[in-house]
Amino acid sequence: MCAHYARSVETSPTMAECGRVDSHTMDKSITLPPDEIFRNLENAKRFAIDIGGSLTKLAYYSTVKHKVAKVRSFDHSTKEAASDKLYEISVQEEVTARLHFIKFENAYIETCLDFIKDHLVNTETKVIKATGGGAHKFKVLIERKLGLKVDKEDEMSCLIKGCNFVLKNIPHEAFVYAKHADSEFRFQTTDPDIFPYLLVNIGSGVSIAKVESEDKFERIGGSSIGGGTFWGLGALLTKTKRFDELLQLASKGQHSSVDMLVKDIYGGSYGYLGLTGDLIASSFGKSATADKEFSKEDMAKSLLHMISNDIGQLACLYARLHNLSRVYFGGFFIRGHPLTMHTITYSINFFTKGEVQALFLRHEGYLGAIGAFLKGAEEDNPNQYSWGENYAGSSGLMSVSPDMYPMQRARSGTFDMLEMDRLDRQLVNLPLLQEPSSYIPDTVDLTEDAPAREYWLFCFEDALDGVVKRAVASQPDMPEAAVRAEKFRQKYRHKLQTLRYQPFAYGSLTVRSLLDTREHCLNEFNFPDPYSKIKERENDVALKYYQKVVKSLEELSWEDRQFALVRGVLAGNVFDWGAKARPWLVDSYDQWLERLKGPPHKCALLFVDNSGVDIILGVMPLVRELLSRGTEVVLASNSGPALNDVTNGELQILTERIAAMDPVIQSGLRDDRLTLVQNGSSSPCLDLSRLDKALAMVVRERKTDLVIIEGMGRAIHTNYFATLSCESLKLAVIKNSWLADRLGGKLFSVVFKYEVPAGKPSQEAAVLTP
Amino acid sequence: TSVQCDWCVAFPWFGMDIGGTLVKLVYFEPKDITAEEEQEEVENLKSIRRYLTSNIAYGTTGIRDVHLELQDLTLCGRKGNLHFIRFPTHDLPVFLQMGRNKHFSSLHTTLCATGGGAYKFENDFRTMADLQLHKLDELDCLVRGVLYIDSVMSSGPSECYYFENPTDPDHCVQKPYLLENPYPLLLVNIGSGVSILAVYSENNYKRVTGTSLGGGTFLGLCCLLTGCSTFEEALEMASEGESTRVDKLVRDIYGGDYERFGLPGWAVASSFGNMMSKEKRESVSKEDLARATLVTITNNIGSITRMCALNENIERVVFVGNFLRVNTLSMKLLAYAMDYWSKGQLKALFLRHEGYFGAVGALLELLHPS
Repeated sequence: MCAHYARSVETSPTMAECGRVDSHTMDKSITLPPDEIFRNLENAKRFAIDIGGSLTKLAYYSTVKHKVAKVRSFDHSTKEAASDKLYEISVQEEVTARLHFIKFENAYIETCLDFIKDHLVNTETKVIKATGGGAHKFKVLIERKLGLKVDKEDEMSCLIKGCNFVLKNIPHEAFVYAKHADSEFRFQTTDPDIFPYLLVNIGSGVSIAKVESEDKFERIGGSSIGGGTFWGLGALLTKTKRFDELLQLASKGQHSSVDMLVKDIYGGSYGYLGLTGDLIASSFGKSATADKEFSKEDMAKSLLHMISNDIGQLACLYARLHNLSRVYFGGFFIRGHPLTMHTITYSINFFTKGEVQALFLRHEGYLGAIGAFLKGAEEDNPNQYSWGENYAGSSGLMSVSPDMYPMQRARSGTFDMLEMDRLDRQLVNLPLLQEPSSYIPDTVDLTEDAPAREYWLFCFEDALDGVVKRAVASQPDMPEAAVRAEKFRQKYRHKLQTLRYQPFAYGSLTVRSLLDTREHCLNEFNFPDPYSKIKERENDVALKYYQKVVKSLEELSWEDRQFALVRGVLAGNVFDWGAKARPWLVDSYDQWLERLKGPPHKCALLFVDNSGVDIILGVMPLVRELLSRGTEVVLASNSGPALNDVTNGELQILTERIAAMDPVIQSGLRDDRLTLVQNGSSSPCLDLSRLDKALAMVVRERKTDLVIIEGMGRAIHTNYFATLSCESLKLAVIKNSWLADRLGGKLFSVVFKYEVPAGKPSQEAAVLTP
Repeated sequence: TSVQCDWCVAFPWFGMDIGGTLVKLVYFEPKDITAEEEQEEVENLKSIRRYLTSNIAYGTTGIRDVHLELQDLTLCGRKGNLHFIRFPTHDLPVFLQMGRNKHFSSLHTTLCATGGGAYKFENDFRTMADLQLHKLDELDCLVRGVLYIDSVMSSGPSECYYFENPTDPDHCVQKPYLLENPYPLLLVNIGSGVSILAVYSENNYKRVTGTSLGGGTFLGLCCLLTGCSTFEEALEMASEGESTRVDKLVRDIYGGDYERFGLPGWAVASSFGNMMSKEKRESVSKEDLARATLVTITNNIGSITRMCALNENIERVVFVGNFLRVNTLSMKLLAYAMDYWSKGQLKALFLRHEGYFGAVGALLELLHPS
């Protein structure tokens, strides 16, 4: 990190202005950049505040108006509407719900309250939920400034409510900290069942809670030796006042000059018990003398070890007693401090011999505020919705950590933000995932893979000009589009720069997260669907060829047709794909063909990709073949736009148009054997652990026994290694030479991956067929 | 009348435990020496016996705990008194020098020693005093010593005791306890650091865990915080201080009890938590700081012990180790903590010979090699 920091200082011309400002000098005279900090305040309702010893966390619910692209079929009954357009694209305003969380130093609290008062339009709100140790101290101030009644909530229950919320709604929320690994942060795939777990909150003291369900938790213990002990005792020993400074001291110290180690007593290790010589036998054991001076750094380090080890030991004893293996740590002692995360991790490893891992949370600092907010919003029932982290509006992990890349600090002072969008639909797992708890959507983790990270960050940066141009071109009637597009460029480039230095900022960095971040940023600046017109044109062209393609397929022999259908899907996926000779890079076509000779599948679920040729001339002929075989088909497409992927809205229209030409599709729709569902996502990639609940229901009801995933985003960047409990087919052409190279092939290599879950022989059917 | 066993080890009989802070020495003084024996006894041996038994202090730092002396003890067929002597580990060179001066090595005795120092200083014993150590595991010795002393203490003051009414300071009194059927037993040895053992029988025990927050931490922190230099000084200060000025209590945060979670207002929420504030740092006394350090370390040991007892499903806890020497404050705190937080399920027991069990175990090993 340090090396990167230095380089950025040298090369960035704006760094002089970005230098770290001592928080003491940034007092109440600070002017807040409103467009960055308290966004959407005018529609805000429902506030909650969590005031800790040094940081305040404010939460509010607001609505965001933003543009969405809608498609609507022309009424074909009236002649005049039948223009040359396939369907009508309109940009509409939609209001969606968003949760805003802002974290800032207590020093700003008055300025912030003034700002809120000045910008708050909606005054329906009467109360503000408050939690945290400082809530009572600022009660009068808040009530006076905002005219809201402060309603205090219990800290522990807020923390737990908040913890449940982030674990459920934010993928990659939890991580393991490994100081010396390639990537310090190892994000965990969250088990869909988050319970039970142990939450160890290290504030001034330590509280240990066992959480068994959404509504059931118990404080099972605690300890008085916590962050306050480190701070208080540390201040006495070193005459250093601030917590951060104490940690700084500790990071430079040598505890072995203060602690009595096993080797100080034994001369070496205590072999009989397997205690190594470097183990601390007695904390501060060497300072039991009046005639020796000890350095502040060494004492601070010894104190840090003493407290971390003690907390770790107690946490392990409680975990063992209650038979829990998931232990999350939080509280100001942990918050964003690599040093304490390291010492706690070390302690847990030592005391459990690696059986329990210390887990930390990306949004740990917000738990209290989130929980307090949720308590106040129970009538809105926020837990019945799924929420998604908005990458455009969230600062990311360590955005305000003093040792980190300073760009973000400069942008928003010491303000850290989290924004979460309410999703239209509830998201759940695909019921066909083999092991939901270990499913990882992404094929390459760029957080851990430095060369891959370099490459993709470069790629996305390189492609930015094109995206900006496309965005401007998509709104020819709006003269200010160029200005907005420029803002988008700034924002996304800044995100890419942040990720270069903090690849862990939003959980594991992946091609998917880079694509999603770009979509979020485009939406932020009201470019809801830059490809809408292109998609329409391509769909229109492809439709004209549909019947011709179907006819030529009909003329083929059964076996030739099966191959032509596969080629159609692959070719639709990329125009420039020629006749690639088999065997392909991954080639299980023969097994697939054998399988097709057997009885039809009950129901196939198809995750579709691009508009135009891909969906109309590639996927639809395959759909009609499946229907003809007697297989029901569920077509899952994106709920919202992403690149040139076909959306559910578009697909509805396209399918109707095809049905008008094709009796097989028509009867499929009529008999409900062909169903269109939305996947709940607006991403060019696919996360099978976050799919529309309705989709999951259809999949279950229809006893889906085949899943087809097509396209690079869904079958290569994601899900390449996903294992399903039914047969699956992953098809894509690798349109990126770097990736092709990584997978051992060349540009435009073909992946045809047909998989049958272990224990379900695919050939049994073939044997039975005459 | 004495029954001389010819397989018995020649005098002198010592057991030694060299810890991180203190060296503990037990010495068996035979009182049944026959005239014949006396004549045969070499001068060196006599001189050692006389030196040890006629003094209660040795050099500037060595001390004989006279009140712990076990008289008329029969050991290996011999009758005599068992003496308990301690001195700081950093004065071991002085001890070795004395051994050299008194030609201890000419007695060709085996010196049984345990504790980490038996390993660390083995070479020094050889080079400085020409003595060969027989090194023994400290936990083996500890368990053996505890069980032995408890078994021989039938008359006189009871070895084992507890505090009656631990939660009521006005009626909290020390009472003898008959440790008849001691197993299973959680044995907590608080020296410089802490070891916690689960003992199921004389030969079956395991080390459950340990903590580095022990007696050494109390003294080390007290020295840094108050400028004191000895355990006695630190304890003296602690007895005059008030920890509630240093610690943040539950009531300091919640104004009273934290009822939702059953936490009483008097419970410490954050040890040294008040010291986060500059004003409060300036208003506390050294005595307050010493008291808070004592309370913090003691309660933490209590807390870890209680969790171990629950995990091991053991209801009786015996606390030993020199941290408890003349430290009634800590013993009462432990008794209170065990009783209160376990709702009366756990009983804290203490032994009079606190820190000497390792040394006793070493002596027994000399006489009855296991």
